[in-house]
Amino acid sequence: MFLSSRGKIWAVAVVLLVLAAVMPFASSYIVLLVTQALILAILAMSLDILLGFTGLPSLGQAAYLGMGAYLTAILATRYDFGLGWSFWVVVVLGILIGAATAALFGLFAIRAAGVSFLMITLALGMCVWGLSYRWNSMTGGDNGINIPGRPVFGIDLAGGVTYFYLVLGFFVMSLVMLYILVKSPFGRSLVGIRERELRMRILGYNTWLHKYVAFIIAGGFGGLAGVLWAHLNGIVSPQIVVLATSVDALLMVVLGGPGTLVGGALGAGVVVFLRDYLSTVVPWWQYLLGGVYVLTILYLPGGLMGIPARIRRWRAQQAGPQREKKL
Amino acid sequence: MLHRLRGSCSWMLVMGCLAVGMSVSRVSAAAEELRIGFIAPMTGGFAQVGKDMSNGFQMYLDEVGGSFAGTKVKFIIEDDEAKPPVGVRKAEKLILQDKVQMLVGGLLASTGYALAPVSTRLKTLYIASIPSADDLTQRKSAEYPYLMRTGWTSSQPSHPFGEWACQQGYKKIVTIGADFAFGYEVVGGFQRAFESCGGKVIQKIWPPLGTQDFGPYIPTIKKDADAIFTLMAGGMSLQFPKQLAASGNKIPVIGGGTSYDEFVLPSMGDEVIGSVSALQYSAGLNTPKNEAFVKKYREKYGKVPSYYSESNYTTAQMIHEVLKKTKGKWPGAQKFIEMLSKMKFDAVRGPVSFDDMRNPVQNIYIKKVEKTKMFGYDKDELWNVVIKTYPNVSQFWKYGKKEFLKQPVYSRDYPPCKYCE
Repeated sequence: MFLSSRGKIWAVAVVLLVLAAVMPFASSYIVLLVTQALILAILAMSLDILLGFTGLPSLGQAAYLGMGAYLTAILATRYDFGLGWSFWVVVVLGILIGAATAALFGLFAIRAAGVSFLMITLALGMCVWGLSYRWNSMTGGDNGINIPGRPVFGIDLAGGVTYFYLVLGFFVMSLVMLYILVKSPFGRSLVGIRERELRMRILGYNTWLHKYVAFIIAGGFGGLAGVLWAHLNGIVSPQIVVLATSVDALLMVVLGGPGTLVGGALGAGVVVFLRDYLSTVVPWWQYLLGGVYVLTILYLPGGLMGIPARIRRWRAQQAGPQREKKL
Repeated sequence: MLHRLRGSCSWMLVMGCLAVGMSVSRVSAAAEELRIGFIAPMTGGFAQVGKDMSNGFQMYLDEVGGSFAGTKVKFIIEDDEAKPPVGVRKAEKLILQDKVQMLVGGLLASTGYALAPVSTRLKTLYIASIPSADDLTQRKSAEYPYLMRTGWTSSQPSHPFGEWACQQGYKKIVTIGADFAFGYEVVGGFQRAFESCGGKVIQKIWPPLGTQDFGPYIPTIKKDADAIFTLMAGGMSLQFPKQLAASGNKIPVIGGGTSYDEFVLPSMGDEVIGSVSALQYSAGLNTPKNEAFVKKYREKYGKVPSYYSESNYTTAQMIHEVLKKTKGKWPGAQKFIEMLSKMKFDAVRGPVSFDDMRNPVQNIYIKKVEKTKMFGYDKDELWNVVIKTYPNVSQFWKYGKKEFLKQPVYSRDYPPCKYCE
């Protein structure tokens, strides 16, 4: 058990190192897509804390992405703030606004469970969409906000590769922090709530507070993803707060494997690759995407991360009882 | 244990291969071809419109045998799903990876606003053949020096249309328009012109973009209006007239160009007969040039061309004309814009020239939906028959450039609805 999780950490580290080493030689469009996938991976991992570890299927995760992104865009265009060293202040503010929004929404959402939770988070997410679409004077309505340029502090982030490294840094940081979180006693009690909330309550845990805190943490990381997202495209429009973004995040987690953290990142990579890369190659990419979703849900309930376990089980069955004795 | 390590090793291998595989897929660009990146929705609710756009451009390319003045044209279509951020990513792909010399297209006004900064940032020509957001060639035109518009500004047909509405004796009008920037600009332009000749807009209703059920909106339309001005887009165009007719409406209906454009007209029923709209093109425009265009397009693609088709066909023609002058050599974005701005065209839609803010000056046609035979087709069909032509209309109408640019861009609240209660 211990060694296996260490092996997994090594695997993730090597993949990230390979990614970091290869990117300077990749075409700039690929760099853009990988950067995009990493940002969405942060969002997906934040959702995994809720869905995979706590058992709360949220359909409003795009709201925090939107809050972070709009904050970045509004500060940059109205106050010229966040385009130099102050970018780091904006990062903190973005995390805070995501967390604050989640703290507000959590008051309404946490009391519900299952489908009701899904519906409440959906409705709250739509509130943020409505705000971004209708509050013309602040958000530019349907046209959105164009950000003048990426921040410059010592290094110029305008280049695709430099921005990729920045995003990669944030991704690793988020991954490590969330990993520590889920391995902590707090994270273990979240899993306990997922498995059997009543028992946890009887054991004396304040399950409402646990869920509420998890919800806020997820919101904070959503806000961080939003800040990075705003500078990726240079445009923030209501399109990023729509329901489809929340659904995408949910699908990424389910596709990659809920309750694994890295699964969300893997799912984000697959979705971005299928959608943005394949759509430039074949016109019928939507069927492929749909096919992948359906097949995963039918045959891989544990998501893509469940594949090694499945193979192992299959091999064990093939090897028969003799081998099991040896082990 | 060994087993598990091997498992993770194979994972790493797969990921590594993927990363390397992706990185080598580069496109080498040949020097002597003209590469045009075309952005249009090919999937989703606006896919039909996107098809009309690319068909128009493709038809001109086919007519000239795939090359402009001896230079081979590589025409690359990318799907933006009618979402501005996706459009931005596809634009970067086209410019950075395919090394296109120009971007053409985009559908929504918001896509135009999203693509224009990309053209500035990457110093690449962007021809807005459809996005009609007013400010691209008005208050913000200085920010986008690499942008050229070959289509129209949203409010351009609305100004003469407002004057026309006054001449019909309409005094009070209710507007119902899709709730987004394009809607505000079309309705705003109409309201300004209509009120400056003595009319009154007494109510403005804004259903969200993509509304399919107008049940909550139609009953609120004031009954004492002389006409209803509609501005629909995409699938809304088809639904609204049906539901309005079903409610027993007797008030005359007029509207912005996209409410009755040919992208949707063939699917409409008799309820739209008599509806009047204004645009720079109509498939029912009775000129020999347009007749030939309509017949050819219809034969090739099995449907009547819409303004989306014509605008992109004409854009292709304009690019061709510039390259004829340079003998097929790509002149660079700035020189291209400079040359194109000075040229005059005898286009399918009529004579087109450009003002000094890179927007077309062109005829605006007031057109009425009629069930009739046109161009020798033997069946009675719905056509947008042109009933009045306003020649050489500029985006500033009769207001003058200076005075026009002083007012804010048309929005949900501008012009204010003085006569609403």
